[in-house]
Amino acid sequence: MKELVIVSGKGGTGKTSISAALAYLAPQKVLVDCDVDAANFHLVSGATIKDSYAFTAGFQPHIDDETCTRCGKCTDLCRFGAITAGVITSPLNCEGCGVCAFNCPKHAIAMQEKQAGHWFVSDTRFGCLIHAELGLSVENSGKLVSKVRHEAKKIATTDHLPLIITDGPPGIGCPAIAALSGTSLALAVVEPSVSGMHDLARLADLVAHFQLPMAVCINKSTLHQENTEQIVIWCQNKDIPILGKIPYSDAFRSAVQSGKTVLEIPESNVTEELTELWQNIAGQLNIPKSASGLDLLWQKINIFR
Amino acid sequence: MLISIASGKGGTGKTTLALLLAAAHSNITLIDCDVEEPNCHLFLQPEWHGPEQAVTIMVPRIDSDRCNGCGACSAICLFSAIAVSGKSALLFDELCHSCGGCLLACQQNAISEEQKVIGTLMTGTAASHPGIHLVNGTLKIGTPSAVPLIRRMKQESLQLTGDILVDCPPGTSCSMVNAVKGSDFCILVTEPTPFGKHDLELAMNITHLLQIPTGVVINKSDAAAGDENIEAFCASRQTPVLAKIPHSLSFARQYAAGCIPVEFQGIAVSIWQQLTSEGGARA
Repeated sequence: MKELVIVSGKGGTGKTSISAALAYLAPQKVLVDCDVDAANFHLVSGATIKDSYAFTAGFQPHIDDETCTRCGKCTDLCRFGAITAGVITSPLNCEGCGVCAFNCPKHAIAMQEKQAGHWFVSDTRFGCLIHAELGLSVENSGKLVSKVRHEAKKIATTDHLPLIITDGPPGIGCPAIAALSGTSLALAVVEPSVSGMHDLARLADLVAHFQLPMAVCINKSTLHQENTEQIVIWCQNKDIPILGKIPYSDAFRSAVQSGKTVLEIPESNVTEELTELWQNIAGQLNIPKSASGLDLLWQKINIFR
Repeated sequence: MLISIASGKGGTGKTTLALLLAAAHSNITLIDCDVEEPNCHLFLQPEWHGPEQAVTIMVPRIDSDRCNGCGACSAICLFSAIAVSGKSALLFDELCHSCGGCLLACQQNAISEEQKVIGTLMTGTAASHPGIHLVNGTLKIGTPSAVPLIRRMKQESLQLTGDILVDCPPGTSCSMVNAVKGSDFCILVTEPTPFGKHDLELAMNITHLLQIPTGVVINKSDAAAGDENIEAFCASRQTPVLAKIPHSLSFARQYAAGCIPVEFQGIAVSIWQQLTSEGGARA
């Protein structure tokens, strides 16, 4: 089973739109949205949620008011300024470390598991999708990313699907690291802007830091020709393959407006480029470009299970 | 007045708006809190005031001569940052939250603390706009949490007077919350698509939770159904739409080239007027 993770460093370069187009083109796959704090993939794939699960991660203190003597030891020891003499005064500052609980002379504080969000299994026009919603202002986005990836792998294994397509989060921090670790291919979607190029370089450093295979897709390539040429040269120097160049197109926006992928709307003018991108990715990952007779048989069997 | 510029969805135009607002002000500090991917400096090309300063967090240091492998540190660490094997404790410092719990738990005095670099901080003044002072933070590659660096940058802002703009990271998780926290007003930048609306709603839940007065700017406005959906949503949340920036390819091209687009300067002036009348800016 191969795992393709679509990332970008900079936000808004087209990760979700391109992931959705690939989901449309790839014959057999499971889909994952790893942008757990602002998931969007379900909005273009016609997702119907089948199962919903609560996600718990991390801890929060619970104080027994009757046992607490307001001695203030917790206040002295808390490095985050979250607690004042047995009262959680700044819950948003609390890291859930438990220092207050483990050092309370009266054992008045207990650490309880924290509800950190939900994750969902959905049916879409392109197969099964796993996505999530991080709780309001909680940490552990990285853990939730790992959770949805893990669940997708289970489904891909059970259903004998050769590919997982992962719509990744922006940035290079905790969720991006969690989305990338151990992937078969990190596909960076870059736009030819100074920001996009700067952020690609930082993303490439992160991917190299974890020694993962990387490829690039230049999106909105006609927005700025000189910058596009610079990206091509930069990739050549870094030995990073460019698997696709997608011209700037307002069709992406129209597609999102109608809840579809760009390949499903009549005015699409980027079909050829996206098909070529998919074929290059399939070649790179050494997986079938289109469904074989045997695959179709599997699909049919799966329908009846 | 401390104004944060945030969005749920990435690429809606936070940095663009921050730069437009900064360029329309006579004397302002811009704090780029998108430390994973800081971009403001690319447009401002600042003259830096001195070398970059390292920003550090404290992580435990285990003295293997003193450690007897009792496991007390590992047992209390809720982040699983310490594991004990045989007679020694092993630290996974990227999981550490610097809470100091293991120091308190160790009965052998085997744990002390040392500094670990997580990023750098630089300040400078824009070459082309001498009225814009930039505070730039850069997260070290491979560091999972940007929060300590963002908190450090927000501390810098406490010593400043006058108006301050904070360019926030995308999303709605801890980085975004820490960047937005403490601001007098938050501008959420969105685009008139279902993606933009969905993520605007999530971001607005955060500013509501933090009790920060919020306004919305619709970027890449289509002056059609997309805008209307956002406007109806904002009305349902009693949140003002401060401005609309039209969808413009020439604007996008100027941004791509690294220029602060001059096209919609009037919009920035109008936003400042609204902020001043609403929040009472100190400028």
